Formats: sequence, structure tokens, C-alpha cells
Amino acid sequence: MKSEIQLTFENCKRENRPALLTYTVASDPNKKKSLQIINSIAKYADIIELGFPHSTPVGDGGQIQTSSNRAIKNGFKMRDSFQIANKFKKNYKNKPIILMGYYNMIYQYGENRFLKDCKKSGVSGIICVDLPWPENKDFAKKCKKKSINFIQLLAPTTTKDRVKKIIKDSHDMVYYISMLSTTGGKLKVSPKKILESYKKIKRVNPKKNLVIGFGITDKTIKSLKSADGLVVGSLLCKTITNSLRMRHNPVKKIEQIVYNLQKKVL
Amino acid sequence: MSLKIKKGIPLIDQHDKNGMWGGKFGGNFVPETLKKPIEDLEKLFSKLRKDKSFIKERDYYFENYVGTPTPLIKLDNLTDHLGGAQLWAKVVSENPGTAHKVYACIVHCLIAKRAGKRYVCTDTGAGMQGKNLAMVAKKFGLRAKIFMGVRDLVRQKKNVDVMKKYGAEVVPVTSGSQTLVDAVSESMRYWVANCQDVHMVIGSTVGPSIFVKISGYSTSQISRELKVQLIEEFGKIPNKLKLINCVGGGSSAYGFWSEFIDYDKKHVSLIGVEAGGSKKSKLHAAPLSNNSKLGVLHGAKAYCIQDNDGQIGETESLSSGLDYPSVSPLHCFLKDTGRAEYTSATDEEALNAYRLVSKLENISPSLEPSHAFATAISLAPKLNKDTVLCIDSCGHSLKDSDIIKEKLGFYTE
Repeated sequence: MKSEIQLTFENCKRENRPALLTYTVASDPNKKKSLQIINSIAKYADIIELGFPHSTPVGDGGQIQTSSNRAIKNGFKMRDSFQIANKFKKNYKNKPIILMGYYNMIYQYGENRFLKDCKKSGVSGIICVDLPWPENKDFAKKCKKKSINFIQLLAPTTTKDRVKKIIKDSHDMVYYISMLSTTGGKLKVSPKKILESYKKIKRVNPKKNLVIGFGITDKTIKSLKSADGLVVGSLLCKTITNSLRMRHNPVKKIEQIVYNLQKKVL
Repeated sequence: MSLKIKKGIPLIDQHDKNGMWGGKFGGNFVPETLKKPIEDLEKLFSKLRKDKSFIKERDYYFENYVGTPTPLIKLDNLTDHLGGAQLWAKVVSENPGTAHKVYACIVHCLIAKRAGKRYVCTDTGAGMQGKNLAMVAKKFGLRAKIFMGVRDLVRQKKNVDVMKKYGAEVVPVTSGSQTLVDAVSESMRYWVANCQDVHMVIGSTVGPSIFVKISGYSTSQISRELKVQLIEEFGKIPNKLKLINCVGGGSSAYGFWSEFIDYDKKHVSLIGVEAGGSKKSKLHAAPLSNNSKLGVLHGAKAYCIQDNDGQIGETESLSSGLDYPSVSPLHCFLKDTGRAEYTSATDEEALNAYRLVSKLENISPSLEPSHAFATAISLAPKLNKDTVLCIDSCGHSLKDSDIIKEKLGFYTE
């Protein structure tokens, strides 16, 4: 049986557009609002990434750090990510939701218990920032057994040989990091160059759905629309931060932004 | 599974193919972007370790720049005062960098040169790592960027001034608790974004396994010297020797012990002293002696102060250099195998130890080794004079003069 993630990419391809993926942090600014945020985003986004915030996110830049700290300060607990995902899936039965975060949180929760709760709450995939290949092999196998996508990352520094090995062990989706940067950095590589690297990876296995993330904003998204999917995260976290500062409702602001992002890649 | 230390092989090399000690500690839990730079560094380091010209250069700088060996002295007055075991100190702080950090900074800069990198970056807590890297980088013509938590920038200002004097860029870190843990995170983030031009240095035996190895490889110089000095002094390794060292990340302790790990623990016992924090507070920076759970921080699996969810816990210590929630995988391994024992000393005990040692002896340990002195002072009266307690005085107190003045009302250099 095809996964929800696979079906979503096939659907986007039929419509001749990239899948739009969004990243926001669970319980940012609080549990209720973060659910409202993904509910409103889902009208325009194809795949929802929900971050489980960590106190020490070494791969993330300022925007996601701020969101993570806010969520933890507001009492985030690991079980909240499952409760948010579960409620989301009641509204959007076929829309994939992916949990994303750092390994220590999964490790402390217990890998098996984590996967069981993912399954129960309708989570389709997992991205673990600091569990690279081959460290991820055992956990990725466990995910596969539960029919949950373990989504691996590729970076500009990943060697060709390594790309092959990672893709061979990958499930339906692979995530290409556009440039050498933490999340939310300014796009310092031209979209043309990014797409060149993207195509090289695609050639290894054209069937794998390859999404591009890091540095993607409303300004850069259009130039990368030939990819299978595009991820926007820091821009949304920044929007929440700014809305709170201006005492605006972040839910409405984010909905507007994601609506515009979708229009740019249609 | 019972863990075992192999004899005749340096502990830094007793890891498996995944960079894990005992299959349980260490590893490389890093973002994908860093896999290649880490692999490159692993290859280069393993090549350089066999390269005679590299070793010759390393030894040249250890000898002529650090000045080897650093003195081993008997603390006669302290011994008489306590009336028990003999107390000795290896005054590692007697080098131009006033701390053991100088060894790894030299080795890292030599590696950076050979890797063709012009920039180095590092984390610092007490500022000793930052000061030493700034100093050595300047000597080798490299540009240094030092990440330091804002809280530490204030309490260790003296070292910050020195870093700037050597031309390093000091980057204040405002995230999280604004201490060492955040400085390490920020330095790693900087490396993620600039790994093609920058060589990252981690200030202790923590982080991805290659950094544990390079740091331990460098500080091992301390115990190589100590072994020779002890034999010169006693004609052999004393029958009852206890090597006492403070443990934050654990690079000075590993360096102080590495040559002695193969000895029976009844012959040479290894005692690590972590930062117990203030007597009045529940917070501490002592994951080993408080039986913290295994966790993943900064790329390595090790015992780590954290909550049930895996959020890294807050720490507290008067000594910035020990103020880290996790600890080296090497020390986790030494603890689980029973080869070393770990205890902690409070802020107050460390201050009292500083007071006594600096009053009676002509040395002035910083707050970090003062933790080790505190444990030695409490042990000595219970032991007889056949026992030799040797303390690694790995840092000089000058950086702490403001804190010491505030807490004790005086400061003697």
C-alpha cells in the first residue's frame, strides 16, 4: 500500500506543481494555537511538519530557536506533539503530518514507545536532525516496520558515494539541505546551483521524492518550483514571533503567508 | 553487558567503528552537513598521528612554547597542616596559556594548517579555551572566532580581554542559559554554516568522537610527563597513588590519567571531582556523581543532566569551566568500568580549598582545580603518609580574581 506521503507527491505531480511543506513548532506559541496554526496552514500546504522543540537545537538558526524556547517555556511536553497530531488528523484525514526534532527526545521517550504513539496519532513520517546515516539504520528499520516514513537528509557536503547509500536506505521522501547553513539562513547559493545539485541527486533514483529546504522564503520559493517539494519553516516561526510582538493573531498571519507561498508555486 | 577496558591501547582509541566506547558512549549524532567534514578530519588525524614530521612539530611546540615538563611539586605545608597523606601538585597552569587547554589548541592549529584552513572557531566557558586558542592561532597565523555565553563573558572578563588582545573575535552567545553549553551549540552552528573554510575546535573531550580523540590525544602530554616525574621523585610509581582531577568536560582529567589507566586501581586510583554547585542550590554540574541518565548532547551519547523529556537541564557552578550538563564519553566509560571514581565538591568547598592552598603554598589554582583540591583536603587526613595524593592544578586563578575577592574578601595571586 502506498503511503500518504507518496500519494501526496503523486497528486502534486499530476497537478504539475511541487508539494508545499511547512514547518512550525508544536506548542508555539502554545498548544492550542499551534494546532490552530497547522489547521489553517493545511488549507494550502500539502505536508505538515511539526517540530518537537529541543532546548539545544544545534542545526537550527535563531528563528526556530526562538520558537522552540517559547514552546518549552510554555510547558511543551513530548506527548503534546502526539495530541496535536491526533487532533489535526481528525480534521485532515489524508494530509500527511511529519514529526521533526532531535534524537535525544526520541531516545528518552523510548524509540518503540515513540513509534507506537506516532502510529496511534496518525503521524506519517519522522525527520531526526541529528541521527544521520549509518547511525539511523536501526531506527529507520523500526519505522519501516510500522509503515512510518523515516526521512533522511542530504547536504551539499554529502559525497556522491554517501548519497547513493542514503538513498538506497531511504523511504518515500528525502530532504535536500540547500546550502551550508543552519535553518533560516539567507540563501547564499543561487537557485540555479541548488537545482543543479538537486538534479544530480534525483538521477541516483528518480522515483524518490526529493524536497528542498533551508533558506526558502516567499522571495526564493518561485525559483525552485521545479523540485518535488519545498519546505518553508523559519519564515513561519519568524511570523509567529513578529505577530506576538505586534499583538496580532499569528494564526491569521501565517494562513495569509502560506496562501501566498502556494500561489507562487502553482 | 559488562564493559571492559583493553590494556596497552590508549583509551581514546578503544571505540568501535561508530565512534562509540563500550558500544554505549560517544558516537557522531550530528546534522548530515557535518558528516563529511568530520570524516575528513578523522582521516587527516589518523594520518598525522603516524606522521613523524607532525609529531616532531607537536613536540617542538610542547617543549619550546608550552615548556615541558610543567612542574610537579610537593605541597609540604599543606601536607603538614592536614597531617596524613602526602600532597603533590602538578602545576600544569605554569605555561603561557595558564591552563591545560594549550595542548589541544596547539594540536588543533597544527591540524588546521595542514587541512589548509585559515579560520578556527571554538567554544569557551571559563575563557581558558578561548584565551589559548586566540593565543595559539595568532602564533600560527590563523583567525580565531570564540563563542562565549554572555553570563561567562561577564564573570570571566579578564580572559575575554586577553582573547581580544590576541586579535580573536569574541562572539557573545545570548541563547539558553548563556553559558558553556550554549557556547558549544553556537560554535557547532557556525561550523555547520562554514565548514568548508573553518576548522572547529571543541574545548574538551566532548562532542563528536573525533573531537574527543584529538582533545584526549593532546592532553595526554600531562600524564606522560607525570609518569617520568614520579619515577624520578620516588624511584617508581608510588604504591598508593591517587590522581585527583576536576571534571567538567573532562579533558584535563583524561590527560592527567591516560598513562595510568592500565595500572590496577588499588595501585593508582583515579578520582574525578565534578562541580556540585552552591550548597544552597539543588542545581549542579555533576552528571556522573549524581547518576544522570544517558542522553545525546553535542553529537555524543553520555551521561547528561536533563529532564524526562530529554530537554537539557540547567546547571550551576561558580566555576564556568566545569559548568557543563554532560561529560566526556571517556569518563562515562571509566565510570561504568569502575576504573575511575567520581565525586563532587560544592562552590563553598572549592573556595575554602582555594583559600587554604593559596595561603599555605606558592600556587594559586583557579576555581576549577580548587574542586580537586577540596576533595584532596578532605581525603588526606584519613590516609597515612605512604599514600601520595597528586592533584592536577590545571588552571591559574587570575581569571577568577573578581569572584574570589567578592566571595572571600581578598585575592592573592
